[in-house]
Amino acid sequence: MKISSVIAMAAVLLALVGVALFGPNTAINFLVTALIVALAAQGWNLLGGYCGQFSFGHAAFFGTGAYVTAILQSRYGVNAWIGCGCGILAGAAIGTLIGWLSFRAGLRGSYFALITLAFAEVLRIAANAAPITGGGTGLLLKLDMRAANFQFASRGTFCLIVLACVLAVLALTTWIARTKRGAEFAAVRENEDAARALGIDVLVTKLRAMALSGAITAAAGCLYTQYFLYLDSNIAYGSWISVESLLAVIVGGIATPAGPIIGALALHALGEATRLLAGRITGIDLVLFGLILVAATAFAPKGLAGLWNAAQSRRSPRA
Amino acid sequence: MTLLHVEGITKQFGGLRAVDNASLSVPPGTITGLIGPNGAGKTTLFGVISGFIPPTAGRIVYNGADITAHPPHRRARSGIARTFQIVQPFAGLSVVENIAVGAYLRHAKRADATRVASDIAHRVGLGAMLHQPASALTVAGRKRLELARALATAPRLLLLDEVLAGLNPSEIRDIIPIIQAIRAEGVTILMIEHVMQAVMNLCEHVYVLSQGRMIAEGTPQAICTDEQVIEAYLGHGAAGQMQAHA
Amino acid sequence: MYTPAIVAEAMVNGLLTGAVYALVALGLTLVYGVLHIINFAHGALLTCAMFAVWAASELLGINVYLAIPPLALIFLALGYALQRFVIGPASRGDDANTLLVTLGLSIAIENALLAAFKSDTRTLSGDAAFDVVELGPMLLSRPRLIGFAVALVVALLLWALLRRTDSGKAIRAVAREKMGASLMGIDVRHIYALTFGIGCACLAVAAGLLLPTFYVTPRVGQAFVLVAFTIVVLGGMGSVAGALLGGLLIGVVESLGGLLLGESLGQAGIFVIFILVLLLRPTGLFGARA
Repeated sequence: MKISSVIAMAAVLLALVGVALFGPNTAINFLVTALIVALAAQGWNLLGGYCGQFSFGHAAFFGTGAYVTAILQSRYGVNAWIGCGCGILAGAAIGTLIGWLSFRAGLRGSYFALITLAFAEVLRIAANAAPITGGGTGLLLKLDMRAANFQFASRGTFCLIVLACVLAVLALTTWIARTKRGAEFAAVRENEDAARALGIDVLVTKLRAMALSGAITAAAGCLYTQYFLYLDSNIAYGSWISVESLLAVIVGGIATPAGPIIGALALHALGEATRLLAGRITGIDLVLFGLILVAATAFAPKGLAGLWNAAQSRRSPRA
Repeated sequence: MTLLHVEGITKQFGGLRAVDNASLSVPPGTITGLIGPNGAGKTTLFGVISGFIPPTAGRIVYNGADITAHPPHRRARSGIARTFQIVQPFAGLSVVENIAVGAYLRHAKRADATRVASDIAHRVGLGAMLHQPASALTVAGRKRLELARALATAPRLLLLDEVLAGLNPSEIRDIIPIIQAIRAEGVTILMIEHVMQAVMNLCEHVYVLSQGRMIAEGTPQAICTDEQVIEAYLGHGAAGQMQAHA
Repeated sequence: MYTPAIVAEAMVNGLLTGAVYALVALGLTLVYGVLHIINFAHGALLTCAMFAVWAASELLGINVYLAIPPLALIFLALGYALQRFVIGPASRGDDANTLLVTLGLSIAIENALLAAFKSDTRTLSGDAAFDVVELGPMLLSRPRLIGFAVALVVALLLWALLRRTDSGKAIRAVAREKMGASLMGIDVRHIYALTFGIGCACLAVAAGLLLPTFYVTPRVGQAFVLVAFTIVVLGGMGSVAGALLGGLLIGVVESLGGLLLGESLGQAGIFVIFILVLLLRPTGLFGARA
């Protein structure tokens, strides 16, 4: 990695920690939300970026993580930390299940995107109707601010925990990309037949990516629950999180470790800016997001990370 | 003793019988050729041997075990490697990364896989292009990459599907010694090839497939004078005309 | 109890709705069959068309059915421009890019409508919804009968267009063999855009047929597009006849499902059917080419 990139990352990290420790509540709220989306997007990136399977329904994982931890706490009195652990496992399980059904049926590309969308919608409708999720009224977690309860009096502390999770997944992703598993993901993404001929079990490889991706995005759902202490079916399984996790990756830089983080922060900053300029017109930020998705695909297929790298290599042509 | 035994393989695509009761044997340590006119079913038979195409009838015995039901990745793990006639590079990866995917099959560590990949790249003549994207290679380069990736899996049996097709004579001259060196290391090779010069130079034994049927087998010299083979390539009556001219 | 008359009426109503579903699906399947892309913006474009119909009727006072032909032409042009100048260039022929570009368009269009019209539910004024025809023991809605008839006529016209006209032949040539068609001097980009335009024109017609008995909100397209995806997959991707049959079938299933299970579960039912079809028969029920 180039020195300039390391310096840039250290500066961003320092700024984030600074906001978490000393920033006003609105800034911390902004950061927590953006980082939760970043974490969900890191999950998407492992499956979509590294393994090449584009999901339009990552809400299925986010919502499962969020609901499992919320239901375990509110209905069964399970400790919040254990609840979150279960939520993450549930995300991995649902990822494996959806993957097993879809990939065994031979679904790829657009078909896979479609069926993930449909699974997320079925879960949303089911969560909206089932009594255990509180149906349309949603679930409220009891306010009980103790660290043992995964609730903190200081928003800054929670923000640092989310940041730590994001950085942990960043390290995990960087590491995986350099291992045999990472090479298998890339091979499956680039050419399934060639991967098979080289001894790679394509189904198992995709299921690994699904499980890991599901777990990470479910972790984002768990953190959402712990921070906002409220859930309903449109938050947990709504298409917003499917879209934002995909969008953050595309904007930030697909199949790059830092892409989802860059993308999530950039998009949320842009969303805030739009609201400041255009007032609180519902949907106006999403109009912009949609157009950015089109523009990013057209003009910056490697996202902001790609633009940064291109700029770096222009400055030092023979690096 | 045979390493690979293909027994009465038939493959039916709808009304078309692409391969019809074809059998062949490959003794260990040899180079065996599979030739035949275009559309004879050679690539289909390769697909059946490597596990990509399930046969309608017949069985594949490898190293004494029936592997007819094994999926491709399992065959690769047991030592059968193949190249594709239509090259299938991992276009977004670099040359060394492409080859490392194969090397990872026997080497779990990145450092080992990369070292093996780089060694093999040098052997097949891709040493200067290690870090170029695979999509930037020429046709000859891509053929070499196919070969390198398959070699990286440390195979016992190597299936080569027209690795020389589309290359110019000097490129062919460069690759033939590479294939001979691979055999010298004890890798058994079954190759589909159209370039007769290469078949004559490399193969101990040749099978001829025509319209899905195995019509002849023997040494390359014997095959070249076989009437049935000449007619399969040049049309009915061709053998007689050639003899009349001789 | 469900008397035969009630069940029969539900089935006929299902057929009537199903024909309009088929029209929505027809646009989707045509685009898939020729361009080999899944247009995720299809639902948002339908919503757009429904707002256009609503505006023509409520703001300009044009009769809904008279508004259909000009709107179909406008959407033909809109779709043509969208594919030619946005989707085509932005996705550069890559499947994953097309998915992203059409998804981005769908998000942008839907939320632009949300910003403009708020999330209110709008219907056409007047009492078209209560305009019924007595047919034996059944009471059938007149606008839906009209919708059924027009949808079938449009499907037939489309079929004839593909079979009989030069443009239709060019479209089918491109669908079958893009490279060959281009070597024969057919402008593939023009045909792609034309096909996309025809798909959008189908949406405009469907919107005009739906609105007299339905409502429009900025998110209404989502519900339809999943139905349409189900139909397209059911009928075999790219098959015009399959879309028509699939549409009628789904219409009946939905209508009977609503009768037997209630409305809310009916919605989930469509998704479940969709998932099952994808998992079990991804090549379609009618055995179309994969």
